[in-house]
Amino acid sequence: MSNVNRSPQTTGPWSRDWLDWRVVLTVLFFVFLAFTPLFAGGYYLGVLTIALYMGVYAMNWDLLFGYIGEVNFGPTFLIGLGAYGAGLCNTYLGWSVWACIPVGVVAAMIGGLLLAGPALRLTGPYFGLVTLVAVLILSQLIVTFAGYTGGEIGLALRDILTLSSKGNFYYALGLTVITALALRLIVRSPLGLILEAVGQDAGATEALGFSVTKYKVFAFLVSSFFSGLAGAMTVFYFGTASPGTVVAVVMAVQVIIATIVGGRRTIIGSVFGAIFLIVAGELLRPIGQLSNTVVAVLALLVLLLAPGGFTSLFGSRKERKA
Amino acid sequence: MDLLIQILISGFILGAIYALAAAGMTIIFGISGILNLAHGGIIVLAALVAWYTSQHLGLGTYLGDLVGIIASIVVTYLLYVLVILPLERFRHISTAEKHVFQLVATLLVALILQGVLEWFFGATPVATPPMLEGVVQIAGNNVPKNSLLIGVVAWVVLIGLWFFTSYTRLGKAMLAASMSPKGLAIVGYDIRKVHVMVWGIYGLLAGVAGVLLASFVGASADVAINLTAISFTIVVLGGLGNVFGSLVGAYILGFLSTITAFLISPSISQIPGLVLLVVILYLRPQGLFGRH
Repeated sequence: MSNVNRSPQTTGPWSRDWLDWRVVLTVLFFVFLAFTPLFAGGYYLGVLTIALYMGVYAMNWDLLFGYIGEVNFGPTFLIGLGAYGAGLCNTYLGWSVWACIPVGVVAAMIGGLLLAGPALRLTGPYFGLVTLVAVLILSQLIVTFAGYTGGEIGLALRDILTLSSKGNFYYALGLTVITALALRLIVRSPLGLILEAVGQDAGATEALGFSVTKYKVFAFLVSSFFSGLAGAMTVFYFGTASPGTVVAVVMAVQVIIATIVGGRRTIIGSVFGAIFLIVAGELLRPIGQLSNTVVAVLALLVLLLAPGGFTSLFGSRKERKA
Repeated sequence: MDLLIQILISGFILGAIYALAAAGMTIIFGISGILNLAHGGIIVLAALVAWYTSQHLGLGTYLGDLVGIIASIVVTYLLYVLVILPLERFRHISTAEKHVFQLVATLLVALILQGVLEWFFGATPVATPPMLEGVVQIAGNNVPKNSLLIGVVAWVVLIGLWFFTSYTRLGKAMLAASMSPKGLAIVGYDIRKVHVMVWGIYGLLAGVAGVLLASFVGASADVAINLTAISFTIVVLGGLGNVFGSLVGAYILGFLSTITAFLISPSISQIPGLVLLVVILYLRPQGLFGRH
């Protein structure tokens, strides 16, 4: 139990008091976001919409990594299943958007169960490799069955969420707020403590009488539910599903970086990390080819100089060290 | 028959290059516990620098290869000093999480390397000219002398590595460091010096693998992540930190992907290896030759 460095019940106002100034700041930030459509143009809203979906992916990665300690290199496996589940349903069955999103969610949750299997048996890099392989196999399948899936070019959908950039922005914001609240509630509850315990010392947790299997499967199901939901909504935002936007390893890496840069084991930090990544990428677009490289350099600097991520800069002394 | 011989020869050479590539990764893991995800980037760096200096700066193939290997060693030390050492110094992050930080940091370095290489050398795959011209006949098949030379060089380096770790003082210290760093410190070795030496050897192995790859099949910036995945697969397949296991893993993967490429299609040549890996991890989570 050497790495029990923070127990939410004892340290910091963040955990005890809902009127903590950081909670206030976060709420203010989301209120500010809710008003951005009043003054921001379609382009900025589009960038923020993508950033918010990325934030949802990253929050769900944080649930697996930050809490139950699973190094999942394949967040896009779950996202991609949700995306292609919903996309194929819309294209071939012709069901409406809101009927197909649940199909995507179910596909992602089945994928979550598939990943939970190895997670019960393997640890650390071994599990990480299996998740990476899952992503590689999924994208290979999409390319191999290009006749049905559209391959690298992508699958064109019949319907989209809405044409309005404001509407799309509010869908993304709504999903972000709901996911953030749901995940915060889970990790702040006694259930969250058990999840953290599973991540820090599975053996000791089992010895205390908690079924590690049950809690790990639960975390994977929750994570894949929201990942699938976000993936499905993303394809209905773009109007197309392609490996480059919802499956590629590069996307998986971005999700991981968003969480680490924003601050792991905070859920909400992932959203800030994602907004930073996407907005920085957009701002640097004029410098051309090297823009992603510069973002990677910035992320590396954050990692080396403030390993707790952005949220740790606002933390108490103790948390900053955590 | 011809097909069989071609598969055997191609698989033999590819396996040797894979083994070289994976040996460095597994040694670093065994000694410092770091899985370097920038691995493929360093291999490709050596390949592209070798190509550039030999073709565009007119140094010739051999000198160009040498410059490529030196570049690989230099970048490896930069990675060590600028990223790995600062991460090691974090005192307030638990060991388990430190591994993830190392993974993410090296992943970022991989992205940076790939971006810079693509910006500087372009995205089209390039190959260095053959080191030897001409072909030899093996059982009625024309085999380029260059390919044979590549296989031989790879094996010589592998045998050299084995000799170094088994029979020299420094090599034995290196092996001891992977077994018991404390014990090594007690008998009077400076563990940091061993680490510095190991990273140098790592850079050398990755560099040689890179220039051989550039000569055998060519390289481009975007294969870096695939090379990392292949090496990672081999290293885990054979058991983390086990050089002999990596050699076996490399040959399994080399032959599997060659057979698939010849018999089915080159586009899915990686898939059987990945599936095999998942199966083996299910049955033997520690890899084929893992210690526990």
